[in-house]
Amino acid sequence: MGDCDDVLREVYTYLDGENEGELREHIERHLDGCMDCLEVFDFEAELRQVIARKCKDPVPDSLRAKVLECLEGEQTNTPSAGPLPD
Amino acid sequence: MEYMPSLYSGALRMTRNPADAEDLVQETYLKAYRAFSSFEEGTNLKAWLFRILTNTFINSYRAKQRRPGESDLDDVEDLYMYRRLGGLEAALAGRSAEDELLERFTDTEVKEALEDLPEQFRVAVLLADVEGFSYKEIAEILDIPIGTVMSRLHRGRKGLERRLFGFATEHNLLPNASSEGGSDRPTDQSTDQSTDEAEPIHG
Repeated sequence: MGDCDDVLREVYTYLDGENEGELREHIERHLDGCMDCLEVFDFEAELRQVIARKCKDPVPDSLRAKVLECLEGEQTNTPSAGPLPD
Repeated sequence: MEYMPSLYSGALRMTRNPADAEDLVQETYLKAYRAFSSFEEGTNLKAWLFRILTNTFINSYRAKQRRPGESDLDDVEDLYMYRRLGGLEAALAGRSAEDELLERFTDTEVKEALEDLPEQFRVAVLLADVEGFSYKEIAEILDIPIGTVMSRLHRGRKGLERRLFGFATEHNLLPNASSEGGSDRPTDQSTDQSTDEAEPIHG
């Protein structure tokens, strides 16, 4: 698989860690020798990190309190129930 | 409750509304608590909680939301943003020009770009890109085949890139951006990119 189009088609599955064995090795070998494809992979990897980093929201204290209160209420009503889930 | 930040952020992206997101998270914990005996020890607790969150969202909250035209994403070409940034190399001379651009997006823009995706694509991208679940885990959370997970991710990510690129042009984040790449109406320039396995859209 020396063809850029074939490698670029795998960019998401590769970055998702979903290619295995020979296909993964083929891709890596191609990227070793192809700056153009490497840049695409680089960009998509960076994009993914940016998305993950910028989509975090702090939990309001009021929500924590509400959930705890709600689960404690459950516990009181059903004494046989197990511990609070994580 | 170590997964609450993930669940709350996920709920916000799904409902796009803080009050609904809080209710959704609360309901998720309550259901998880009641069903805890059905959780198999040693399996993935986070995935199990997300399955409850997602099912609750789909069953209780989705009906309230408008339904945008989902087939719109079919027309988006692969690597949408990257291809439009091609001119940046020459303009800025430096391999990291595109990476620097990505850092300039605000949290609000990235969240909005994700939230603007049609629901089924939004949830798939959220589970993969924000929460880092594998295809198999996403398939189990959403109760869909792995092929469908891949198709939703593929289309969702293209749509996300298109939206972000729209922000970049609107807010002049692109130094010397090539004008022909500046349009965010790409429908009439998509040509041979339609190798997507089109997933049937259910109402």
